[in-house]
Amino acid sequence: MNNITVKVENIYKSYGDVEAIKDISFTVNNSEIFGLIGPDGSGKSTIFRIITTLLLADKGNVNLLGFDVIKDYKKIRNMIGYMPGRFSLYQDLSVIENLNFFATVFGTTVDENYDLIKDIYLQIEPFKNRLAGKLSGGMKQKLALSCALIHKPEILVLDEPTTGVDAVSRKEFWEMLRKLKEKNITILVSTPYMDEASLCDRVALIQNGEFLNIDTPDNIIQQFNKKLWSIKTDNMYELRNDLKNYEYTETSFAFGQMLHYTDKRKNVEKTEIEKFLSSKEHSNIKINMIKPNIEDCFMDFMTK
Amino acid sequence: MKRFIGFVRKEFYHIFRDPRTMVILFGIPIVQILLFGFVITNEIKDAKIAILDQSHDEITKEITNKLISSGYFILEQKLKSNNYIEDSFKKGNIKEVIVFESNFEQKLEREKKASIQILADASDPNTASMLTNYTSALIYQYLRELNGEFINNVQITPEVRMLYNPYLLGVYMFIPGIMAMILMLISALMTSISLVREKELGTMEVLLVSPLRPLQIVLGKVTPYFFLSFVNALSIVLLGKFVFGMPVTGSFVLLMIESMLFILLALSLGILISTVSDSQQSAMMISMFALLLPTILLSGFIYPIENMPAILQWIAYLMPPRWFIIIIKDIMLKGVGLLYVWKETLVIIFMIFLFIILSVKKFQVRLE
Repeated sequence: MNNITVKVENIYKSYGDVEAIKDISFTVNNSEIFGLIGPDGSGKSTIFRIITTLLLADKGNVNLLGFDVIKDYKKIRNMIGYMPGRFSLYQDLSVIENLNFFATVFGTTVDENYDLIKDIYLQIEPFKNRLAGKLSGGMKQKLALSCALIHKPEILVLDEPTTGVDAVSRKEFWEMLRKLKEKNITILVSTPYMDEASLCDRVALIQNGEFLNIDTPDNIIQQFNKKLWSIKTDNMYELRNDLKNYEYTETSFAFGQMLHYTDKRKNVEKTEIEKFLSSKEHSNIKINMIKPNIEDCFMDFMTK
Repeated sequence: MKRFIGFVRKEFYHIFRDPRTMVILFGIPIVQILLFGFVITNEIKDAKIAILDQSHDEITKEITNKLISSGYFILEQKLKSNNYIEDSFKKGNIKEVIVFESNFEQKLEREKKASIQILADASDPNTASMLTNYTSALIYQYLRELNGEFINNVQITPEVRMLYNPYLLGVYMFIPGIMAMILMLISALMTSISLVREKELGTMEVLLVSPLRPLQIVLGKVTPYFFLSFVNALSIVLLGKFVFGMPVTGSFVLLMIESMLFILLALSLGILISTVSDSQQSAMMISMFALLLPTILLSGFIYPIENMPAILQWIAYLMPPRWFIIIIKDIMLKGVGLLYVWKETLVIIFMIFLFIILSVKKFQVRLE
């Protein structure tokens, strides 16, 4: 097995009366992409700030590569690259100035670690003299990632790096993370986008400061042991109401153009659901059995 | 060291790219010194007066001439009778009315005594008392000349010499005060704001998760402002000298060293403010209220400390600018050396250490 890079044991943190995270434990293995998946305000940033030595947990231990986040915070700060959720570069400095600044702060130069950031930096290089504040969302994130990488960290902590970024840039961003993983960097990443979960090696689903599950994306999906139906009719609004009041409905969630539906009965057939919907005067009924994705699992865990 | 230089360079980029910062750094000092120097002045020049001469003889005419030719007064109006006095004050532009009694010359010759009434508009008390002082001084001077011609009475004449500021120029008082105020404002305000801005923009988070030590962050922040404030101090002294004729009788080097110490003091205060405030706005409010007003009111810049109630005098002891103003006045006007200002200098050095120790203790290596 891989060695453990990050070890989090029973951390708990509250802000006044609000419990931000409740008794969370997990480990991250060497050169693994570990994803924290959960909605806004679920505690993702707090966990990352505790790991990056920025916050102290009320209880519990965190260990990075054998160093304690409280005692050895100075050593840890040399080993990690951190990209906060908010764009945290100097907006009045140009791309290249930002990069040079962070390089010198970490006691290195852009040239020294150029091979590490090359793939990412090449994409923003045409704009290297533009002020960082004038970059597009995707570019900003690429620059922030370059700055976080410039000192060749062993652990990379990315707090919602793809929030507010267009679909193409998001895809590129994840490809970069894949490449970094090959370079032996352990990556912790958080995201509110469920579809990005499948791009991680392992994910933790988090809700209200508690982990719902930690596993590989495939395993999580396999744990979904029910039939999942995708339903569409001409009147989606009525469909939602009807299913809500249907006695056999276990869950029904809007999912893009569709409704994802599970039934309380063990072996329900497509025809039975169709019959019910016809009786409610729905037309153009389309029902398909589908493979669940992470979001379905997340919803499922939440209702448990 | 490389890290530090990199940090300072970044800080200079911030300063030179933000027009607002540039205005505060260089515009405000110059505008303020010119404003204080030209506009706010408590010297008498061309004060408008009226004269009610009920005697119309040789002596009253000579006195009137003497007053008007002094350059302090302009004769705006000759009044015909007592009834017009009130009116002329009410119209507002007349500051002083001089009334000669009737048969002035005769009385002076026969009784050796005659009266002049001086009425001043004391709605502005400072100006009023100054005007009357000037007037009576001029009249006494005239009388002395007159006595020389008549009989030689035995007389004691006080010879007043105003030391260090013979012409009682307001600039001599304002320049040290403005210098203290501007250095305080710029150094403390700008450093506290720029440190807090890093917190606000979230860049502090990234800086903290870097191997930079708190001391390096703070020093990197402060160094550019130290240089820029020093440039300010220098330009204020030069402006004072070449525009307002404020001399530097003492050692220029000593003056600059003391200025640097005071800048350091203001910077450390700025750091302290930044450690207790979370937003640029609160940093600005604290700097304004905690620094600017006391600097103006309690430092002896405008109002003499000796005349304040005891409690305020004690508070004034705690005002950093107070000590600096004493030092630079002594150096610029009296031309004294370090031997005479070492006590005040020590107070400033002590304050620097106090503020730095406090800020280092308060500086957070984490987010909360």
